[in-house]
Parts: sequence; C-alpha cells; structure tokens
Amino acid sequence: MTAALQIDDLTVHYATREGALQALRDVSITVPEGKIVGVVGESGCGKSTLINALLQLLPENATLPAGRITLEGEDVTHASTRRLRQMRGQEMSVIFQDPMTSLNPVLSIGRQMRDIQYRQPGNRTEKDRRSANMLGRVGIPDPVGKLSAYPHELSGGMRQRVAIAMAALMRPRVLIADEPTTALDATLEVQIIELLKEIQREIGCAILFISHHLGVIAELCDRVVVMYAGVAVEEGPVEDVFLRPGHPYTIKLIECDPGRLKVRVADLPSIPGSLPDLTDPPAGCIFQDRCERATEICATPPPRAPQRPGHWAACHHSGPEGS
Amino acid sequence: MNAFRHTLLGRLLADPLAVFALAIVTLLVVSAIFADVIAPHDPTAMNLVDRFATPSTTYWMGTDNLGRDTFSRLLQGGRIALYVALTAVTISGLIGLILGMLAGFGPRWLDNALLFFFDTLRAYPTIILALALAALMPRGLGTVIIVVVITSFAEYGRVVRTQTLSLKNSEFILAERAMGASFARIVFHHILPNVLGPFFILAAMNLPVVITIEAGMSFLGIGVPPGTPSWGATLKDGFDYIRTTPWILLSGGLPLILATVGFTFLGEALRDQLDPRLRKTR
Repeated sequence: MTAALQIDDLTVHYATREGALQALRDVSITVPEGKIVGVVGESGCGKSTLINALLQLLPENATLPAGRITLEGEDVTHASTRRLRQMRGQEMSVIFQDPMTSLNPVLSIGRQMRDIQYRQPGNRTEKDRRSANMLGRVGIPDPVGKLSAYPHELSGGMRQRVAIAMAALMRPRVLIADEPTTALDATLEVQIIELLKEIQREIGCAILFISHHLGVIAELCDRVVVMYAGVAVEEGPVEDVFLRPGHPYTIKLIECDPGRLKVRVADLPSIPGSLPDLTDPPAGCIFQDRCERATEICATPPPRAPQRPGHWAACHHSGPEGS
Repeated sequence: MNAFRHTLLGRLLADPLAVFALAIVTLLVVSAIFADVIAPHDPTAMNLVDRFATPSTTYWMGTDNLGRDTFSRLLQGGRIALYVALTAVTISGLIGLILGMLAGFGPRWLDNALLFFFDTLRAYPTIILALALAALMPRGLGTVIIVVVITSFAEYGRVVRTQTLSLKNSEFILAERAMGASFARIVFHHILPNVLGPFFILAAMNLPVVITIEAGMSFLGIGVPPGTPSWGATLKDGFDYIRTTPWILLSGGLPLILATVGFTFLGEALRDQLDPRLRKTR
C-alpha cells in the first residue's frame, strides 16, 4: 500500500548571515493511508519548517539540498507551481495553530468557505449548503446563521471548528494539523481532538498532527515521530514510544511533561542546556551536549537502533537504561 | 453587494452622528447638483445698484462688491469644491492604492524606493508646491487637482503599504496559500477588502482637506480663474471688505465649515461601521 504522505531524507537550509542554518536534517516520516501520525518536539525543532516544506511555501532564503516529499505517490518537491496550487487545499489541507488569526477578519464565514470551494462545481446556493452542512458536522450550532457571522463574533473554540470545517470541506487526502489545540483551553482541547478523530474516520484522510503536547499526541495518534533540533530522533507506535522510549531525549521529554507529575513541585522539571547552534551543529548526535549518556562515540553519526518492531531511536546508547 | 450597502446604510442611520453627517453631505451634494435650479440669481451677473446689499429676502446672503448674489455664488462654488475634491481624491487614492500595494508586496528595494519617494513628497509643504506649480502652469482647476494629487497620494500609499505588509505575513493569508489560492486571488479577495476599509475612511477624511486646499489656493489667487464663483474666491472678496461688510466673509466660510464637519463625521462613522471588529455585535 502506498503511503498517503512520504517524506524521505528531507533537509532544509535557511541562508542566514552566519551561514546555512540547518533547520531540518534527513527527516523521514511516513504517514500511511487513513492513519494519524504525530510529530512532537519542543520549540525550534523544525515543526513549522516541516509544514512549510510540505506545502512548498518555504521563505525565499530556504533551500532543499536533499530529500523528497511524495503525496499519494506524486512528487511534491518537483511539482510545478500550477500543480502545487491544485494540491494545496484539495489533496492536503492545513489547520493552523491560532484560530484567532487564521481566518480573514473582514470576510464573513460563509464568504470564506464559499471562496475556498472556487474549484468545486455548483452555484452559490449549493456551495453555501455544503458549507453549512460541514459547519453542522463539526458541531457548530445554527450553521446556516453562522455563515453570515464574522470571525470576531465567534469564540476561539468555534473558530477552530470553522478552520477544521474549512480544511475538511475539500476532502483532502492528507490533513496537516499544526498544533490546532495549543491556543485553546483544556476542555476544548479534548473536544477538538474528538472532532479530528471523527473527521478522519468520515473522510478517511491521513493526518499529520504536529504538537508539543505529549498527552494530545498519545490520545490521538497511531504513530509518533520525536524531533529534536531538526532531526527525527525516534519513531514508533505511540504506546511503545511513550511507555518504552529509547532515545535519551524522548525519555527526558516524557519526564518533563507536567501532566505526569504526581506531587506538587516548585520548579517544573526541564532538560538542562539549550538547543545547539543550527548553523554549526555538532558532528554525530545532535543531542550529545545535553545528554547524560553521552560518550566519545556520540561524536559519530548515531545508528537507527531498533527498539521493538517498527520502533527505532537514533542513538548509540538507546534503550530504557542505556547500553 | 446591494444587500451589503443597504445594511451599511441601515447601520449608519442608527448612529445619530452619522445621520447628522449624512444630512450635511446630502445637502451639499444636492445643492451642488441642482445649483442652477436653486440659485435665485445668476451667480456671475453684476448688479452695481445693489452692491454690498445686506442679507434680505431678495439676496439671502447679501451681495458682494460687484453686486453678485453671494448665495447663488456659494451654490456654484459647491459644485467646484465637490468636483475638485472627488476628482483629486479618486486620482490620488488610486495612485496611492496601487503604489502602496506594490510597495507592500514587491521586493525590498522597491519598497525602500517607494517609501523614500512617499516621504520626500510628504515632507514638501503643500502651499509652496502649489505656488511653484501655479507659476509654471495655467491657472485653473486642473492645476489645483494636480497639486492636491501630488501632495496627497503619498499618504494613501503609506497607509495601504502598512496594511498590506501586516496582512501579507498574517496567518490567514498563509492559510489561504495553503488552501491553494493564487496570487491574484489573495490580492483581490483577501488583501484588498482588508485594505479598503481604512482606505475609504482616509478618503472621506481627506475630502474636506482637499476642499480647503482648493479654497486656500483660490483665496491666494492661484486657484480658479478670476470671476469663477469658488468658495475661496468668495472668502477673498469678503476679506477685502471685512471692515464694512463682514457678512460676505461669514457666508463664504459657512459652506467650508459645513463641508469639513460633514465629511469628517461621515468618515468617522464609516470607520466605526466598515471595520467589522469595531462594529457592535448585532
């Protein structure tokens, strides 16, 4: 079976005054048909670059020295501008992080939803009917009335539902969710996740879910890719990765999740040190400067050490205790 | 579009200040259009017997030094003022809109060049430019319009550029691009509607400024040709005889005050209504 979305050895550099900033290095992610794959990592790990690369909407100073992205078997990295425009929206849609800013403030919801259907057949009434139908399905009360509402008249949760409705309206093959719950409060978070699951079942799309929230990933995804400083450090089935993490970074990340804390502490746990300078990344393992297990061998590129079936960690000393 | 206008008008009518402004603006526009019908006298006919007549039932606002009916002249002046204001604001607005969007969307060097250009023009005092151009060009409304266009399009350009820049990097534009929208679609469907609100408000607020510039240039004798019944020319006539017959000056100033108040309030009401974020929820 072909994967819905296949990313092979994707490398993205940004030209800066200090030299090439290596935002992504040899990242490979596979999103099978109808599955939800999570990408987790802290700020600056390359999540936004990954999305922009998928959409081929990278800033002008970005280059792709290596790598290939294929969507349903079709090469995105070498697609024509015209073809890309067709693919965006129809074959891949994005739900953005902040529903406050991802809708045009001066156009009504109905107008914006009608606008994105401009390639679809049908007249205005039919398009409005489709929009209202989709709004109803994402759980917005009075969907027909809401078509004439402006984004500022809706709450954050409602706006994110509208954004999801817009992304789902085109029935894309791949839905990219860029931290869609980060700007919302916790009760809404659960609702939005349930909604995403429903939409995924209904239109049968694959979802690439990007988040820094481990709990959300665990709740929603089938597989997870852990990213650190532009490198995929571990990948595997969600339960496996969270219960038996192999990479020291993943272990630390899970330890630092505030949701895991059983007792009240004054200081939340954190990983000492800071992200490496991506214009001059260390040779070998990217995490070595902050890693407790680091030895001399870590200056050489780490292997993809298999943990369990379909689960690997890019580390010389992987495993629960290290080796 | 028709429905939209009706709702906008409906909302404007709910605001007392907007009703007041609309009434004044309508009065000015109607009296300018039907100036020939309303005017009780020929605005250019001299009647030396009735020079400096005080306001009466025959001459509602009196007559000037040549015995011309001030009220009829002011009605004609309204035509000139509105013609100059609308033409100049339309031309300068369009130039500003195009250059501003170019600066906002174009490459960095073009943005810098246009900004430098805008700043240079804005830094130049209007009246000096008006005097210089008047010395070079034939006296007439065309010169007035050119002066206004040169001095005011930079302001539109700057506002449009700032709006475009802040919109260009906003998430909903990225979202649109992620949905496969083309460049033209983004510019005309998403940037333009967002820019038009502030743009129309600026234009409405600028109308009285343009009317004042026209009056000022006519007052200085570099605006309309002599004898043309412009508001500024009436002010000038009145100014010469302010000691003996102050009502010419007073009645000449009245339409200017009305125009300024009317258009400014209308601009403010439009700003409150056109921007959906400022509008009260229904």
